[in-house]
Amino acid sequence: MNLTSEFYHALIVCISAIFTQNILLTYFLGLCPFIGSSREIKSAIGLGAAVIFVMTCTCALNWLVYHYVLVPFHLEFFRFIMFIIVIAAFVQFVEMAIDRLSPSLYQRLGVFLPLITVNCAILGAALFMVIRDYGFIVTVGYGLGSGTGWFMAIVLMANIRSRLHNDAIPKGLQGAGITLIIVGIMALAFIGFTGVLAGR
Amino acid sequence: MIVTLLISVLIISAIAAALALLLVIAEYFFANYGQCTLTINKEKNVTVEGGSSLLSALASQKIFIPSACGGKGTCGLCKVKVLDGAGPLLPTEEPYLSQEEIKTSFRLSCQVKVRKDLKIEIPEELFNIKQYNCKCEEIRDLIHDIKLFRFRLVEPSDIKYIPGQFMQLLAPAYEKSKEDVYRAYSIASDPADKSIIDFIIRLVPGGICTTYCFNYLKVGDEAKMNGPYGQFRLTDTDAEMIWIAGGSGIAPFVSMLYHMKNTGSRRKTTFYFGANKTKELFLLDEMKQFEQELPNFKFVPVVYKPDENEKWNGETGLVTEAAARNNKNLADTEGCLCGSPGLINASIKVLKELGMKEEKIFYDKFA
Ligand SMILES: Cc1cc2nc3c(=O)[nH]c(=O)nc-3n(C[C@H](O)[C@H](O)[C@H](O)COP(=O)(O)OP(=O)(O)OC[C@H]3O[C@@H](n4cnc5c(N)ncnc54)[C@H](O)[C@@H]3O)c2cc1C
Ligand code: FES
Repeated sequence: MNLTSEFYHALIVCISAIFTQNILLTYFLGLCPFIGSSREIKSAIGLGAAVIFVMTCTCALNWLVYHYVLVPFHLEFFRFIMFIIVIAAFVQFVEMAIDRLSPSLYQRLGVFLPLITVNCAILGAALFMVIRDYGFIVTVGYGLGSGTGWFMAIVLMANIRSRLHNDAIPKGLQGAGITLIIVGIMALAFIGFTGVLAGR
Repeated sequence: MIVTLLISVLIISAIAAALALLLVIAEYFFANYGQCTLTINKEKNVTVEGGSSLLSALASQKIFIPSACGGKGTCGLCKVKVLDGAGPLLPTEEPYLSQEEIKTSFRLSCQVKVRKDLKIEIPEELFNIKQYNCKCEEIRDLIHDIKLFRFRLVEPSDIKYIPGQFMQLLAPAYEKSKEDVYRAYSIASDPADKSIIDFIIRLVPGGICTTYCFNYLKVGDEAKMNGPYGQFRLTDTDAEMIWIAGGSGIAPFVSMLYHMKNTGSRRKTTFYFGANKTKELFLLDEMKQFEQELPNFKFVPVVYKPDENEKWNGETGLVTEAAARNNKNLADTEGCLCGSPGLINASIKVLKELGMKEEKIFYDKFA
């Protein structure tokens, strides 16, 4: 494939990862931080932004590790462990770097970064890129798209939840319960996008 | 088979080690701030290890900045003027600083990290703050969840404070808490007795410092505290006063009453003290004693809901309701409040409705 069509493919994958194949709303990955941090719009935006950044970078890193280390040594079956290690190290590194370089960004994102290490959407995206056999550029597009999709989902949810504050929700459904129901409905709504782009 | 196993283990370990090495190098590179010089009030220079918060860097130099939350950024007491070198204002600081303070470069010292040389300004009086080694001399049960702790100062052996101020008591690391924490407690003793510090402490279930005091601290044990801190105090006027407190919020008022007794004060003072049940009232004998010794002092216990079968002919309901029942116009009266944020906010509202001017309301929130 030449470079232009590669970029074109990356763009398509990116958009489809945001809307039709949203990592949260179609695959239900990264659900615990989604429910935990969607109470306030401000923290939802912070966590969402951190996810976009980490997801894009780790997808690219993991692609390199996978294709240049694991594949040549026939160690593909180790990818779960490998990816997790890479993600954890990367998050640590970024945390240190922004603490040093931009204290105010650190205050905004810093608290969310360690949370991301255990966000299964990040690992999920890395595994999907392997299963779907994406090239490097497409992988970057996919990481960016998945991150943005997750960002959009959590910010939407935070908005909805902030509107629910004053509503009388049955006791047993308060908190996580009603949130799960709303994600379900959001997921159904997002199915509407399916026809826009076919698959990958 | 064995070879594959070996290779895979080797490769994975190599990569993990490489990443770990990278992190160590990064840590060395990023987290090493070297020695930094703090210039205090333009005259004093101290050198500290960079990388920690300004609050703890100053504490390591035996300069104690007030802090009730132990550096969590939730009390807003640790304000310090940083003229140079602090970097941009952080979102965690904003809620605690007024526009005026932001303009005059005040910062929360627990949130400012020492990354390079800093120029700071500290009020002279903070240099009077010292660390005191003391001995727990008495623990007295007041009610089921409130005790009075008496400490005798050992080194330095005496202290000068203004009634209404508080100390920070150290709860050393113990089973329930991994690190040393400091918590603020108002002084409840007679300021004339310079070698004694009393605290009246309410047990907060699961609380680090209060659990330590109630279950671990024994008479004869050593303890550490630093202080005194705080602006909560009696004014120099002769204006009539209304005091409102609940629970352990009585503490600073006890010290103030001793002071008024020592100085033969004739200020008209009414102290509304709230409790849920009659059995939650305490220090009643002491209060009666103060009423006899101070000609214009009146203690008004207010019980929210007395049990039906007991005799209670004092005030009932909320303290704020009792204060509102007994006062019509408080335009010339001063208010002193102490206790939980809920009580204080409710009291401020009621007092303002009764005409008290906002600048005449003084309080210490136990939060
Ligand atoms: C200026 C000042 C003066 C104070 N004077 C006194 C005093 O004279 N007597 C006294 O008993 N306390 C006083 N306090 C409160 C005291 O400093 C501690 O906050 C309190 O004792 C709890 O400490 P802890 O370590 O046991 O609890 P922590 O481990 O800090 O807290 C445990 C949990 O309890 C909650 N909590 C914290 N404080 C309270 C509280 N006061 N009431 C209910 N829940 C709380 C916390 O949010 C946390 O979730 C004062 C506070 C200030 C700021
Ligand atoms: S020490 Fe409490 S806000 Fe800084």
